[in-house]
Amino acid sequence: MMNTDQLIVFENVSKFYGDVLGVNRVNLAIGPGVTSLVGPNGSGKTTLMNLMTGLIFPTKGRMRVLGLSPQDPERFFRLVGYCTQFDSFPRGVTGREFIYDSLRLFGLNHDDAVRRTQESIDRVSMNEAADRKIAGYSKGMRQRMRLAQSISHHPRVLVLDEPLNGLDPMARAESMALFSSLGKEGMHLIISSHILHEVDRISDQVLLLNSGYVVAEGQIHGVRDEVKDQPMQIMVRCSNPNLLAAKLFAHDHIVEAKVTPDKKGLFVRTRDAGSFYTLLHEIVLEGSLELEAVAPADDDVNSVYQYLIGTEGANV
Amino acid sequence: MNPVWRSQLLTIVRLELKRNFLRVRGLWVYLLAFAPTVIIALHAITSHGRCNLEEDTNIFAGIFQLFTLRLAIFFGCMGIFTRMFRGEMMEKSLHYYFLTPVRRELLVLGKYIAGVIAAICIFGSSVLIGFAFINGHFGSEGTNFVFHGPGLGQLGSYLLVTVLACIGYGALFLLMGLMFRNPIIPAVVILLWESVDNVLPALLKKFSVIFYLLPLCPVEVPVQGISGLFTVIAEPLPSYLSIPGLLCVSVLLLVWASRKIRVLEINYGTD
Repeated sequence: MMNTDQLIVFENVSKFYGDVLGVNRVNLAIGPGVTSLVGPNGSGKTTLMNLMTGLIFPTKGRMRVLGLSPQDPERFFRLVGYCTQFDSFPRGVTGREFIYDSLRLFGLNHDDAVRRTQESIDRVSMNEAADRKIAGYSKGMRQRMRLAQSISHHPRVLVLDEPLNGLDPMARAESMALFSSLGKEGMHLIISSHILHEVDRISDQVLLLNSGYVVAEGQIHGVRDEVKDQPMQIMVRCSNPNLLAAKLFAHDHIVEAKVTPDKKGLFVRTRDAGSFYTLLHEIVLEGSLELEAVAPADDDVNSVYQYLIGTEGANV
Repeated sequence: MNPVWRSQLLTIVRLELKRNFLRVRGLWVYLLAFAPTVIIALHAITSHGRCNLEEDTNIFAGIFQLFTLRLAIFFGCMGIFTRMFRGEMMEKSLHYYFLTPVRRELLVLGKYIAGVIAAICIFGSSVLIGFAFINGHFGSEGTNFVFHGPGLGQLGSYLLVTVLACIGYGALFLLMGLMFRNPIIPAVVILLWESVDNVLPALLKKFSVIFYLLPLCPVEVPVQGISGLFTVIAEPLPSYLSIPGLLCVSVLLLVWASRKIRVLEINYGTD
């Protein structure tokens, strides 16, 4: 069991904007690694992130990040970095000035601020444009500069609201690699994104939100297992898919078994993945077919999103 | 002071001074401040000895009290200080401050100090240059008035009133910017209140900034016309009360602003 000083903890947190619900009765304990917030527009992702970083306050409940409250900004914001969705900057500054000024507010002296500024600019590959006014940047460049600013003070918790928006494929891949490495370094990385297949690649756990409620949380495989009403989809590559299909159909938990167009695989839908794997094991031991590969076909964020929330926005 | 706080405060002041002085949208503050200076300069150039020093001293006093103090500094401070938080909310950049380990009270103080420095520099230099022009064109008579007569004392009083006005209106408008989504409407109400100060009952006069400032002005400007009929004469506060009084009110307004900012949420969508 992890100490609460190492977790982001929400205790029965609700946030209302007047009569409008932001999030309701959220109970969470988020550990280190990459956690993705997934949900349709208006589901409460940004509200949750703004609560996490003290930009808004809970109407009810209590929130702590690594044991600290945003009401203690001097300690809290040394641990937390937030790259918001707001595509805005102080007027008239260059990218370098933007990060340098921010670091001076952290109390760093000139030399340290200059060094850390350069380090974070390098990390997002913005060296060439760093001395130009931000007003002349493209959307992707502005996004990267905001990312650089949010990591410049070496936070332990990094919150990223739609960090891949506006990035070209190359910058997107670089950012994903950066997030992945930050997660591996032991940082708490909270990411909201609509790009589910990319989120899926780097997430250690996922948090699904809908209409202000957390509808599922945990490792994606665990969340998928909890979706009992949707048969599990499994792809089997083997030497004789027709034979395998015939043997599988004798069992009640098999809902569907469909040979792939190339005749080398079988797409199976089953209500009981455990029994299916045992059965497959037995069939293989009989020696009537050779197995090449077995992989879940819907054990990802996109599928879970569709099952729990619906199709809208899932493939954005 | 805690060295980290000092460093953070200096950074906030540096950043805000840059914004206050170099903002293109703040150009109108310079125009407002230096409009009377330009008029006085034109008067000095074109008068060719047709006026006398006493008359010009009264004209300068009138310009200072009726335009510089009641309009230029009032609206200038409104522009500088309401922008500090409300303007950043509009530009969606306030969260950058809120996401740093800076106490929000320190942010209020830093922005206020930067605003006061900017306002004093702009309006103080306007008064200084205007005063130099109005006395300068009298040659040796003007020099004698300034350096061997009451001139230097008058200049000191005008600058003191300017500084106090920037401090008082600054604190008021900083708070307005935190309290109201559209500070223009309360500002207009305050302007009206300050404008009718002379006809207010003695007790109510004490709730206006101008009440504390006018007695400090070195030359009295007589109230003429119809408003003179309704003027309520109130015992002016002595300077040893009015100056600390105004400073205390400013501190209270800043404390109020600090309490407001502690609960301020970043919610640009509704602002």
